[in-house]
Amino acid sequence: MAEQKIIYQLNHVSKIFRDKNSEVIAVDDISLEIHEGEIFGIIGMSGAGKSTLVRMLNRLEEVTSGEVIFDGKKLGELSPKETRATRKQIAMIFQSFNLLSQKTVLANVEIPLKLIGVSKEERKEIAREKLKIVGLEDKVNAYPAQLSGGQKQRVAIARALAMNPRVLLCDEATSALDPKITEEILSLLQDINERLNLTIVIITHEMNVVEKICNRVAIVDNGKLAELGEVKDVFAKPQSDAAKHLILPTIAGDNPFDETNKNCYRIVFNGRAATEPVIANLVKRTGESVNILSANTRSIGGIGYGQMIVEFPEDPTAHKVVLDYFTSIGIQPVAIDKEVVI
Amino acid sequence: MNSTLWSLIGKGVIETLEMTLISTILAYIIGVPYGVLLKVTGKGEIMEQKVVNKIFAFIANVFRSIPFLILLVFLIPFTRAIVGTSIGTEASIVPLTVGTIPIVARMVEQSLNEIPYRITEAAKSMGANSWQIVKEFIIPEAMPSLCSGTAINTATVLGYSAMAGCIGGGGLGALALNYGYYRYQNDVLFLTVLVLVVVVQVIQESGVLISKRIRHS
Ligand SMILES: Nc1ncnc2c1ncn2[C@@H]1O[C@H](COP(=O)(O)OP(=O)(O)OP(=O)(O)O)[C@@H](O)[C@H]1O
Ligand SMILES: [Mg+2]
Repeated sequence: MAEQKIIYQLNHVSKIFRDKNSEVIAVDDISLEIHEGEIFGIIGMSGAGKSTLVRMLNRLEEVTSGEVIFDGKKLGELSPKETRATRKQIAMIFQSFNLLSQKTVLANVEIPLKLIGVSKEERKEIAREKLKIVGLEDKVNAYPAQLSGGQKQRVAIARALAMNPRVLLCDEATSALDPKITEEILSLLQDINERLNLTIVIITHEMNVVEKICNRVAIVDNGKLAELGEVKDVFAKPQSDAAKHLILPTIAGDNPFDETNKNCYRIVFNGRAATEPVIANLVKRTGESVNILSANTRSIGGIGYGQMIVEFPEDPTAHKVVLDYFTSIGIQPVAIDKEVVI
Repeated sequence: MNSTLWSLIGKGVIETLEMTLISTILAYIIGVPYGVLLKVTGKGEIMEQKVVNKIFAFIANVFRSIPFLILLVFLIPFTRAIVGTSIGTEASIVPLTVGTIPIVARMVEQSLNEIPYRITEAAKSMGANSWQIVKEFIIPEAMPSLCSGTAINTATVLGYSAMAGCIGGGGLGALALNYGYYRYQNDVLFLTVLVLVVVVQVIQESGVLISKRIRHS
């Protein structure tokens, strides 16, 4: 992605929750930039401070120190009125959807428009149009209770789009959904990002969410920024312990390799190549094969995303042949051993 | 029982309904904003105001803890000052309203409290101001609960109106007292009770029904 305008600039942002006898440093001196039009992931373990961080992006939470600059404006310096006006450019969707249960789908999507005084007819028209984008035009008269989780999140997305925002903040937007529906929602977000050039900030604790749609990612650990960079770089070579924790266990979940095995490699597919031909071609070209211990990959439009843990041949020559093959097609296998898996 | 008695009961029903409905409506006109005030100034709420909240909560509690019969007597001078008399249907509307306001306020507050804070957060994230958060988000969400609360409150006022009837107000209460108690006409007493039970039932059930009808979750 080419150099772009910076929409969010965070300078040494910290958030400390204090009460009488305790103090929690939820966000600890985080500085980062979010580019206009990108999908930016913020990932971390539970309690890492992700929600707190994202809530400072629309000033639902006040910073304790540091500054959040949105589109050149310091959020901390805005008046209440200016804050509300700014929030209208920053839509947010939530894990729990937060739809109004007593209003129809259409009325839910109309709300942000009602807030700014759009006329009834115009509201309905815009709301219908947004529901069409999320594929729910046939549910306008339904109530949220009649929808599935995925459909509710679609309504929330339509409601967010009705504001015509510059940024969409997603706090664990797919965490309440099963993997298939998560996929669908992520594809929708990706589609919206491309079509509308809408900047999306995604908070998640699931690596596969980041892996699937984010351009860049920030790994937050214990309130601190542990790692920041292009998803493909961070995934290929996680540097920090936090990153390794987050990236590797997704495969090690049903830990297939034993610690002594020095022939295990992690292969990351970052969208440059299709997964299937890579393995098939290995056999075709080199006559060697690898043992796939675990795979967490998916193919979108024939392009592979995700990662695999493979076992290379034990024989040193064959081992090298396989290694060279991967390198030649632009994939850098990362040796995995006890030390890396932690 | 003769036709005069029947017409007395008819008149009683109409007076009772008149007192009940007018008092309930007046109590809601003041009680709803009161309840909203209690809600929004509460701890951690959108317009947190400790002192204001404490004062208004205290006033509501004081009025709620006074037995209605005593409040009736206590308010006689006030009623006279407003209506010019302390006797009759119109006069009983004053204490009925005053006594019901804090009940309504508390019930409204409670209904609004049922709405999770995440709804407020969603509203804030859309740039809604405090008034919009209440009007466009919290109240519509609380509507079914507000409706069933209204039915309960109306029934309460109806009961109070019978008490007010004893202290110079009209309605079924006065009827029961005058004919049933002072003149030992048990049939009138019995009939009055029956009519009251039926009216309360009708109000309660229609409240439940409306609440169910409009609830979508
Ligand atoms: N309002 C608050 N008051 C006090 N402490 C808080 C508050 N909000 C969050 N915290 C604390 O700040 C830390 C970070 O919380 P946060 O919700 O940002 O984590 P998270 O990364 O979003 O976690 P999860 O994945 O579980 O949602 C936690 O220790 C939490 O207990
Ligand atoms: Mg969170």
